Amino acid sequence: MVSGGVSKFAKARPDATFQKIVKESFDYAMHDVPKLKHSMIDGSVVSYFSDHFTRQLMAGIMATDYLGLCPKPNKRIEGGGATGGLCFQAGWEAVASGRMNVCAAFGFETMSRVPTWKGNEFIALASDVNFDYPVGGFYSGYYAMMVNRHMHEFGTTVEQLAMVSVKNHMNAYGNPYAQKRRKLTIADVRNSAMVAYPLTLLDICVMSDGAATCILADEETAFRLTDHPVKITGVGTGTDMMRMADRPHGDVLLAPNEKKSDYRNLKYPGVHSFRAGRSAGLQAYKMAGITDPLKQLDFVELHDAYTSSEIQTYEDLALCKYGDGGKFVEAGYPFMPQIDYGMKLPMKGALPVNPSGGLIACGHPVGATGLMQAVFAFWQIQGSIKKHYGSGELQLKKADRGLIHSHAGTGTYVTVSIMERGW
Amino acid sequence: MAKKNPTIAPAASPKVEELMTGTTVFNIPLPADLKALKGMSPIVVKQPYHIDYIHSYGQDSPFFAGLSNGKLLGTKCGRCDYTYATPRLACTHCGRETKWVEIPLSGRVHTFTTCYFGGEEFLKETPFHLVLVEFDGVDTLFLSRLIGPAGPEDIRIGMKVKAKFRRNSQLKPTDVYFVPSE
Repeated sequence: MVSGGVSKFAKARPDATFQKIVKESFDYAMHDVPKLKHSMIDGSVVSYFSDHFTRQLMAGIMATDYLGLCPKPNKRIEGGGATGGLCFQAGWEAVASGRMNVCAAFGFETMSRVPTWKGNEFIALASDVNFDYPVGGFYSGYYAMMVNRHMHEFGTTVEQLAMVSVKNHMNAYGNPYAQKRRKLTIADVRNSAMVAYPLTLLDICVMSDGAATCILADEETAFRLTDHPVKITGVGTGTDMMRMADRPHGDVLLAPNEKKSDYRNLKYPGVHSFRAGRSAGLQAYKMAGITDPLKQLDFVELHDAYTSSEIQTYEDLALCKYGDGGKFVEAGYPFMPQIDYGMKLPMKGALPVNPSGGLIACGHPVGATGLMQAVFAFWQIQGSIKKHYGSGELQLKKADRGLIHSHAGTGTYVTVSIMERGW
Repeated sequence: MAKKNPTIAPAASPKVEELMTGTTVFNIPLPADLKALKGMSPIVVKQPYHIDYIHSYGQDSPFFAGLSNGKLLGTKCGRCDYTYATPRLACTHCGRETKWVEIPLSGRVHTFTTCYFGGEEFLKETPFHLVLVEFDGVDTLFLSRLIGPAGPEDIRIGMKVKAKFRRNSQLKPTDVYFVPSE
């Protein structure tokens, strides 16, 4: 990866159509590597989740032509909430296969075009319309059922969930691209409106208008364009069954740092864990040569559509054992070392998760989200946070290797990509 | 570009409900100097969208016929000895065609939630409880509504529940719902 750009994520951008918002992120990325000429881009991949939000089929080609990338190759990538992560990997595939030397991967969503509850209805159409949607289609409800089972199996608490919200909103305080930048307490999170028990308004990400662009290149071209490229050293993609009710109750897919005896009585994944996340993580770790992710990663940008799914994802990514996700946040592992959260955190900063503020605070313009994470991770590894955020508050001292994680509805598609300092 | 004073904690401020009604406008004044158009506010219009789909339940259709006859029909793979509470006509483990079987009408709450908000279509029904029900001898779960308990504090995982059916079938999965049976 040689460059990235994002638009400012906002609740509503009535001033622009999706093409212009994409162009803002694309122009930002192009300006950041002046040696990259438009003519050097061999093709592109584009991601957006829902045709319903745009009420425009083939919006992908319209974004592509607005960027002046015709008649070069392009295709649309879609996979629910993981759309952006899948697009990032499709861009990587285009370069890794040798088909392109330089590939632009861009994605967007303009969710403000319908009222919030209609938007929730559209999103719920990403559940089985024969059996699930008509029962009361609502994604927050689906995740609430998953976390209630997680709490039942492992003793996870609502305060532990709230800690994730406090962390991510506080981190976003230093990220000017984020939609919600707030200083909260655990009590604020618990006292906000209950949406789907036990998840409150502040446990859940918001709808957003936004776009993100990543420019990917082969190694030789990358070093011609920049002195500080970031290398993609591992990719993994996992899947699971659309209907939560159908998920198996079998054995844990073991990470290299786990043994079968760790999980004698656990039926897996059930509805408490995301098997696709574990599968994606294991593939990416194997490719990148990672056997102890907690020690070998410097930071993680993961898909916290819900505070609960952040905790579940710590476990899927083997940052801790299954069942220990709540304790992992409580001990402070995923917090930023340099930020004061107003809480006692003995293991603070051991492995910062969502330094950018994540989806909960940045917003979740679905097709852009996975690419946004790649851009924030790219800047973190480059050490260029100060340049791009206007303040170095969120820059980690050591950020040589990061993980990005993108996740679709109840864990149906999950992508994990490992990004490393390339110079 | 960092904003100096981001919002502090969310305060519940009084506000009027946003409406989807508006005013019909037939013309917009233009400035004499076209350069000024770059500063023009966006024009936002309402675009209604309504469709009647001719939706087929396809191979899942017998399930809905079952509901209208007071039966919960699932499927079973004879080869894997694996029973699906929510029917699936091809076994996910071996790919073979499954057969229709009756699922017990009593089970337990595997997990639950109470939805205080929802997709627009269901907003008027809130709050409602969603449950995933587990059944003895059945390998997968079943998503349904739980009727009866006042709030989430009255529901617990492992609670016994039984199926009830609408007398007048709507041919929707909500033709069946569960109630506590303890």
